[in-house]
Amino acid sequence: MSAFVALLGRDIRLAFRAGGGAMLALAFFIVMAALIPLGIGPDLKLLAKVAGGVVWSAALLAALLSLDRLFQADYEDGSLDLIALSPLPLEAASFAKIAAHWLTTGLPLTVVSPLLGLLYGLPPAAYPALVLSLLIGTPAISAIGAVGASLTLPVRRGGLILPLLVLPLVTPALIFGAGAISAALNGLSNGAFGLLCAFSFVAVIVSPFITAFAVRPNLAG
Amino acid sequence: MLPISQLDVANLASIRGERVLFRDLSFSALAGRPLCIEGANGAGKTTLLRILAGFLSPSAGTIRLRMKDGGGTADADLRGPYIGFIGHREALKSQLTARENLAFYAALYRAAGDLDAALAWAGLARVADLPAQYLSAGQKKRVGLARLRLCARPLWLLDEPLAALDHAGKALVTAMIAEHCAGGGIAIVATHEGLDLDCAQLRLGLA
Amino acid sequence: MFQYANPARFMALSGRVLPWLAVAAGLLLAAGLYLGLIASPPDYQQGDTVRIMYVHVPAAWCAMMIYALMALSAAIGLINRHPLADLAAKTAAPLGALFTALALITGSLWGKPMWGAWWVWDGRLTSFLILLFLYLGYIALWNAIEDEVPAARATAVLAIVGAVNLPIIEFSVRWWTTLHQGESIIRAGGPSIAAVFLWPLFLMALGYTLLFFTLWIVRIRTEILARRARSLILAEGGAA
Repeated sequence: MSAFVALLGRDIRLAFRAGGGAMLALAFFIVMAALIPLGIGPDLKLLAKVAGGVVWSAALLAALLSLDRLFQADYEDGSLDLIALSPLPLEAASFAKIAAHWLTTGLPLTVVSPLLGLLYGLPPAAYPALVLSLLIGTPAISAIGAVGASLTLPVRRGGLILPLLVLPLVTPALIFGAGAISAALNGLSNGAFGLLCAFSFVAVIVSPFITAFAVRPNLAG
Repeated sequence: MLPISQLDVANLASIRGERVLFRDLSFSALAGRPLCIEGANGAGKTTLLRILAGFLSPSAGTIRLRMKDGGGTADADLRGPYIGFIGHREALKSQLTARENLAFYAALYRAAGDLDAALAWAGLARVADLPAQYLSAGQKKRVGLARLRLCARPLWLLDEPLAALDHAGKALVTAMIAEHCAGGGIAIVATHEGLDLDCAQLRLGLA
Repeated sequence: MFQYANPARFMALSGRVLPWLAVAAGLLLAAGLYLGLIASPPDYQQGDTVRIMYVHVPAAWCAMMIYALMALSAAIGLINRHPLADLAAKTAAPLGALFTALALITGSLWGKPMWGAWWVWDGRLTSFLILLFLYLGYIALWNAIEDEVPAARATAVLAIVGAVNLPIIEFSVRWWTTLHQGESIIRAGGPSIAAVFLWPLFLMALGYTLLFFTLWIVRIRTEILARRARSLILAEGGAA
């Protein structure tokens, strides 16, 4: 078993153990999306129209829930020291942690999203766009969120300002993701998937380097 | 035999803000003989170890790792792969069992040793499958010792390895350091209570 | 360039430049406001509402310029580890946020008579709203990290990531407005803008820019002085 897989596996395991964020994020996602119709009324036509935006916003917030612990936990208990001394470069370790975060939040959210589509009366033609946009776009949330998590590492209550840092940076994902769904609703094709792919790809490639760069000085003490 | 021969430290200084922790610190740690860093609380033992580990840049000075084949490196990043580290914190995940924690580090460090043997050696056979949150402070420390032994790095940097341990645990640490050095390893041990071994001494806090 | 990066030299030089800069900014703004609000004719379509443009458009320009300067200072601070560059980035942010807020408020004031609503999800307004959030996040991160050195480093990374991402955000917001309404609402002046409107705009833009540099220098000087005062107090405390 390689060092990368070891870290990936450990983070996935931790996310599903007591105090882990996976189930919490999923529950938050469903509850939030289920509560919004209570606010805006049961009109299924209207709900179908806003479904894409609601699901995407809920996914963003749900993914943020567990992000502030992404490095903080390892920092506080000293694990980060040992990860830094391991044969795994910090960039690869960051990538492993981003991947684990996505596998335990973004992917489960994507899997249950058709259920929310039902609640919102989404026409069948829009389901592929719903699932596909989340599948492509949520890695960008984990990746950009990891940058935010690394920047707030020296902050004692980093979770409080993390959303303020991360949410503006991920707006393109939200716009392209929700845009892809609304295009599918209207039977159009607007290139949203291509843009979302590009954004997500660049975010996932670049962010481990930025993250490692921001994490490293925290080893000092 | 292990590939390293000694660690040379020259004119090392650590200044944080206005506070001078130490300066003009020069010493060598030799393979085969533990180096014991003593000093009161706040004398800079932990900072020195973190500088040696490469987590923190010194304000001045050089640290050079010398190899048996005559080569060497002053680059902190190249030093990392030789270092076995025990810090203040146990680096354990409380939701994972002792065995899972140890298995993670063994895989992360690509260590080939036997997990069960390492756990038994540390006296943890009975509690190996308990989540780490149920372990006592001393037992957590012992998981760290097992990890250090299993990962088999030649240059040990140990920060208060005796803390929280009972008599048997302290004996275990002393024995493992002796064994490590006898096998040609370097051990640099920060401790305020001294080590019951023949070792070189470095006192911090007299500057 | 870096010969002026020494705080003492910066204090001496900036102290000499500052009064001139302040006077020039004041004169330009006064002239621009006179030309824009009094001397120029009302627009034949927008009427007197067009005068908001003279306050709005230069504020928007400055807001973007300041983000670029802030990110540049942050990058210099990160690469050269120069505390003065860190200070420059830190002090630029609240000014940038202020200009962004000014652009948003005046944009909204302009929007009420033109569009019949205080807020319209127009592409430019929306991207300026996100720019404001970027500024606020940057300021919040500075305030949240207690130690100067890690704070400078983390905020610098944030500023650079923000600067790289900003064009993408801008693009995505444009894309979004075309997706949802098809036609673009705001057309500030159009391509052929008469000289009577151009002059006040130009003077105001220059005035705003100089005003920003004046305030920026004042803020950097204040930070340097505050730092000196702090270390003097600490030194006294140590001696006592």
